[in-house]
Amino acid sequence: MKRLINQYPDRLTRVMLGALPFILILIVYVIASDARLAENPHDKLLPSINSMAGAIDKLALEPSKRSGEYLFWADTASSLTRLGLGIGISALIGLVFGIVNGVIPYARANLSPFITAFSLIPPLAILPILFIVFGLGELSKVVLIAFGIAPFIIRDMQGKVMELPAEQIIKAQTLGASTWLIIIRVVIPQVLPRLIDALRLSLGAAWLFLIAAEAIASTDGLGYRIFLVRRYLAMDVILPYVLWITFLSFFTDYLLKTLSERLFPWFHATEK
Amino acid sequence: MPLIEAKNLWKKYGENVVLEQVNTQVEEGEFITVVGTSGCGKTTFLRMLLGIEQPSQGQLLLDGKTFPDEPGEDRGIVFQRYSVFPHLTVLKNTMLAAEFEQSPWSGKLFGKKREQAESDACKMLISVGLEHALNLYPHELSGGMQQRLAIAQALMKKPRILLLDEPFGALDPGIRADMHHLVQDLWKKKGLTIFMITHDLSEGFYLGTRLWVFDKIRLDIQQSDAYGACITYDIPIGQTDNKIFDEIDYSLDQSRKVLLD
Repeated sequence: MKRLINQYPDRLTRVMLGALPFILILIVYVIASDARLAENPHDKLLPSINSMAGAIDKLALEPSKRSGEYLFWADTASSLTRLGLGIGISALIGLVFGIVNGVIPYARANLSPFITAFSLIPPLAILPILFIVFGLGELSKVVLIAFGIAPFIIRDMQGKVMELPAEQIIKAQTLGASTWLIIIRVVIPQVLPRLIDALRLSLGAAWLFLIAAEAIASTDGLGYRIFLVRRYLAMDVILPYVLWITFLSFFTDYLLKTLSERLFPWFHATEK
Repeated sequence: MPLIEAKNLWKKYGENVVLEQVNTQVEEGEFITVVGTSGCGKTTFLRMLLGIEQPSQGQLLLDGKTFPDEPGEDRGIVFQRYSVFPHLTVLKNTMLAAEFEQSPWSGKLFGKKREQAESDACKMLISVGLEHALNLYPHELSGGMQQRLAIAQALMKKPRILLLDEPFGALDPGIRADMHHLVQDLWKKKGLTIFMITHDLSEGFYLGTRLWVFDKIRLDIQQSDAYGACITYDIPIGQTDNKIFDEIDYSLDQSRKVLLD
């Protein structure tokens, strides 16, 4: 018998083992839900799969009586817009400041301590300030996301730039490159795949800040809906929404990973 | 006037003396092989030639003037590792020098200029034997091919001086011999001045025109940093024999024991 550390599952076993926890939790849920509903058909805590499907059906496929919108899709669109803007702006800020800090010692001496201090401010603690300064509209939500993840991305990018072998930077200089040319031909192409990594890692935090902002001041969005229907204990809406958010997050992550592998094959080949 | 001249050159880091009293002259077109124990300042000397370290005392002159204090186009470099850019193919790595020179803002060439740069790069790649690998990325190349690429890339800039920092240290012996032929060949054809650091004494004994040994004359067993190294042997290649080889080998071995224990 081989040691446990040397035994590998084949493909089918691996897929089944991976699916097992999902199936188990589903079975446990259905049993528990049935048991509670048998006791009290009006129980709201663990709604049946059917009633969840019905609730989502209503939100996704029937226009709202009040506004005529398909709420589920309207919520998804506004949340994704905010998230996309927040992450996109953070990526841009992170790339620019991270590279400038990483490449230019004077910029690093000037900005690095400030960014480190700035990144330690808890973003949710300044949410009231954002609402006061930027109002309750879209801007304050996007700013909250950027505030929450951009400092992390800057610091990560700065570190990644400085991890590039000094030999490469010296070689580029002996080939006649100016600081600018080193940035655009040597540094940026090499940190872009690392920027995508940093974005993937900050997706969770970005969703956290988005939902927090939507819960407190918004009139639509996935986070807004969850906190709205909480008043009616509408678990049949909350649970599918949480699943949907999880799926969106997973899918974005997968998309970024695939994009990175397509665009930067050399990076993924040398990573291992 | 000599191309490079060191006059009573010292290099210290605080109390730690790395090089002391280095005096030497190098003429254009020489091929100098540098050997020495690790920690005997040969890499420090190379870094001064690159311009990323400055002497603490004394003078290092290029064409009679103080050495530039940053890397420049007249001095090409090939390191043991990380000399090529992993995100560019072989051809693009080799075109880089032309792109830097002709396109200071975008760093890219288009149209006629691009075709010209590509054909120049191809010629250079043929001369190092990489013409079949134009569109491969560095990670798809063997160690020897990567070093060929690094040399080709450096030579595109037509440097006067080529610095080689243990370029073949990580290669198999057979491939190393091929690379020796290549370097010697390019040196003759392009009229380069070459400095090559190696830890392989026998490599230094038949490659190039001149052998330098960096070693510490004075050695304090309690505190090996107290004294620096200088050039202890400076021998023209061709006038070397087994007796000198054994002598150098023995002296390097002695300081290795003190320095590394």
